Amino acid sequence: MGGGGIQSMQGTGEVRVKAFIHDSSRAESSGRPTIFPGAGRFRNVAKKLLYSEYLLLYLTLAYLLVATQLVPGLLSSTNLRNVLSNLFPLLVAAIGQSFVLITAGIDLSVTSVFACSSVVGGWIMTSNFGPRAGSGWSLAAGLLAMFVVAIVIALINGLSITQFEMPPFIVTLSTMTFFSGVALWLVQSRNIYHLPRLLVTIGKGSVVFVPYALLLTAALVSTAHWVLTRTVLGRWLFAAGYNAKAAVISGVPIGRTIIFAYVASAVCAALATVLLMGRLETASPIIGQRLLLDLIAAPVIGGVSLFGGRGKIQWVILGALFVTLMDNSLNLLGFSSFVIMMAKGGLILFAALLDVFRNASTVST
Amino acid sequence: MESIVEFDGIGKRFFNVTVLRDVSFPVIRGHILGLVGENGAGKSTLMNILGGVIAADSGVVRVDGKDLILKNPQQAAERGISFIHQELNLFPNLTIAENLFIPHFPKHKIAGLGLINRRDMREQAKKCLLSVGLDLSPDIVVADLNPGERQLVEIAKALNADARVVIFDEPTSSLSRPEVERLFLLMNRLRSQGMSMIYISHILGDVLKLCDDICVLRDGQVVAYGPKDEFSSERMISLMTGRSFENLYPRRDTVPSDEPALEVRSLSQPGVVENLDFTLHRGEVVGLFGLMGSGRTELVRMIFGLDTFEQGEIALGGSVDRQPVPRESIRRGLAFLTEDRRVEGLCMDASVEENIALVALSSFASSGVIHKARLRRAVTDEASAVSINIATVRKQPVKTLSGGNQQKVVLAKWLLSDPAVLILDEPTRGIDVGAKYEVYRLINQCAGDGKAILFVSSEIEELIGVCDRILVIRAGEMCDSVRRAEFNAERILRSAFGAQSVQ
Repeated sequence: MGGGGIQSMQGTGEVRVKAFIHDSSRAESSGRPTIFPGAGRFRNVAKKLLYSEYLLLYLTLAYLLVATQLVPGLLSSTNLRNVLSNLFPLLVAAIGQSFVLITAGIDLSVTSVFACSSVVGGWIMTSNFGPRAGSGWSLAAGLLAMFVVAIVIALINGLSITQFEMPPFIVTLSTMTFFSGVALWLVQSRNIYHLPRLLVTIGKGSVVFVPYALLLTAALVSTAHWVLTRTVLGRWLFAAGYNAKAAVISGVPIGRTIIFAYVASAVCAALATVLLMGRLETASPIIGQRLLLDLIAAPVIGGVSLFGGRGKIQWVILGALFVTLMDNSLNLLGFSSFVIMMAKGGLILFAALLDVFRNASTVST
Repeated sequence: MESIVEFDGIGKRFFNVTVLRDVSFPVIRGHILGLVGENGAGKSTLMNILGGVIAADSGVVRVDGKDLILKNPQQAAERGISFIHQELNLFPNLTIAENLFIPHFPKHKIAGLGLINRRDMREQAKKCLLSVGLDLSPDIVVADLNPGERQLVEIAKALNADARVVIFDEPTSSLSRPEVERLFLLMNRLRSQGMSMIYISHILGDVLKLCDDICVLRDGQVVAYGPKDEFSSERMISLMTGRSFENLYPRRDTVPSDEPALEVRSLSQPGVVENLDFTLHRGEVVGLFGLMGSGRTELVRMIFGLDTFEQGEIALGGSVDRQPVPRESIRRGLAFLTEDRRVEGLCMDASVEENIALVALSSFASSGVIHKARLRRAVTDEASAVSINIATVRKQPVKTLSGGNQQKVVLAKWLLSDPAVLILDEPTRGIDVGAKYEVYRLINQCAGDGKAILFVSSEIEELIGVCDRILVIRAGEMCDSVRRAEFNAERILRSAFGAQSVQ
């Protein structure tokens, strides 16, 4: 089932291999032995581990160790390719989300960026614009339109939040609903097929075994890391998240900074849409809809603080990998999508709880 | 005479700063006790101990001869102690009746559920309001009341909770004169009914008029206590301020120039400040003194561009601005250390290094990319200039530092941007003596470098110790300007209190 196809776009994923059925209780209990190594003498070690930045790395390794025992096919090249093709769009959108989370905001509207940019882009790429139809020009115009749509949505978010001081949650919830509706209405719930070959190559193709999607994602990851650690803008993003009042008084142009975060989120979402469309060879108003939970979960699991001001791109990568791996391995183990949802819910709650603990741990001193 | 409350040897320290030391005096049953002292003398701390907001480190408070041990303000209320704060503690979104009865609403059972008995509540509230002379419907939402009415509702609430001792902390600061008279009439009536009260105020004339006994606090100690006949406004002022000077302040050898650095011209904002004019010169340290609510903090926020003003202009760094914004003010060479460093001064979770770098970031970057090494070097230099041991705390979140070191981080952050004018709003509040000295030393050093400093403080001594000139602001108006040669704590305090207090 490698490429995923339309099914995984609709997100059920149940159709995948169900060959490795194991005792579920055993899998649950052995899944995370490092977190709670019992009471008493392990307490200090456990506490150190919980607060450690490297916790996620240990968890991922431990999870891999256990999962490979239970799921022999986990590290097969077919499955790995599957994991990676799920990982790239998720990671790209998660990086955008991280920028917003760092400013102590949240962007729920990413799925509407998926939807709107997908149908607008797909429509332009497949339209008949006279002699230019089907040429590289229509692809370029389509891609450009996708990013324009994303930026428009981001500006509505950013301006509402900075100019009218509306809470990010409600602003982006509204834009998510509104623009998802717009996307459905534009194409009347129909999908658009026959996308340009070049787009499909971006989504699925490789150059000397290196997928284009990997190159794009790697470029984005390094740019994001560079912006956050090396530029004035990066410092401003963190300052806005730490303490917006103090940031304003210190001369940080907080409005522009926050708007930038939402634009970054939307532009990343548009890039994720390009990857999704290329992989699925489809433009759809419900593309990536089920990713919303995962793309917020990935940064949070990766230690980006929901209170703002904290977050590192390298851990977001691992967070996205962990979510994808968990999804994939539980799926291979034959769990239904319902159980996978429950497990993810638990994981996110755990990550958020850890965030609260980490935040509180230094306050008291 | 029998006492209802007795303070016996109360002591309190905050972060190694002694706020109260061996405070002992009684509150006599059926009397109004006037509690006076400068800002920071310990009045509010003492009342917070009585009201159960904080606990004393040593000593006991006795009520009716029994030790009062409180864990929280609710327990104080249960013992009959009611605290009417400077900022009123009413819920503006609820009705008068609801405010009066929170948290003990009259209830009745309907279908086994304890529901609020609205009719009962309204009737009782009505009675309660009449007892403080308010003839209003209990259904009015508190937000719709004027400050005087709110004050009376607050008192009604205290009476409703069967208070026997009511603490008034600056109750008149937001009232008009007729409202004040109305409040005093009510307090006199309550006294004749046997209520005991503690009245804290800066308006000494009111204290003399209203109170039976007076207690003067200075530096956390009782310096005088007795019936009001023993006091006059003059005596109270000299008791409040008379302090020896010693070597608290570093010497400065440089003199201010005549070159203006910051000019404020006819600045007005209705209800806040009125037609303010003053100039800061290069190398000059100018103190700004005023009581709480005089408009001193509002004034400096306007200059920096955090609050708007209707009229006037700010001349700074070679240009004139009618509507400054912080970012632009900083570019023109202004620095602003805010009154509340936790809320507005620092990113508490960010590291020392990140905080120090924040203001001057752009000058250590080309096209938005930070020169890491250069920035780090500059941060290190600035940190050592304000005597922070950066090697040990570089990556540490500032919230782990002491108050004094936090304040030094704020100073380093502003000094790194090399400002021409520094506005310091209460830079020594809540920090220990050593750190205070360090702040004064830095002020001197900045003045020596030709920077102009506007030093806002509610402690006269430190202004006298550090400044070249002190401006006094009262009710939004500049009411006095005193040169160093004429410095006199009594005169400054007198100006700040206004004629009203010294009759």
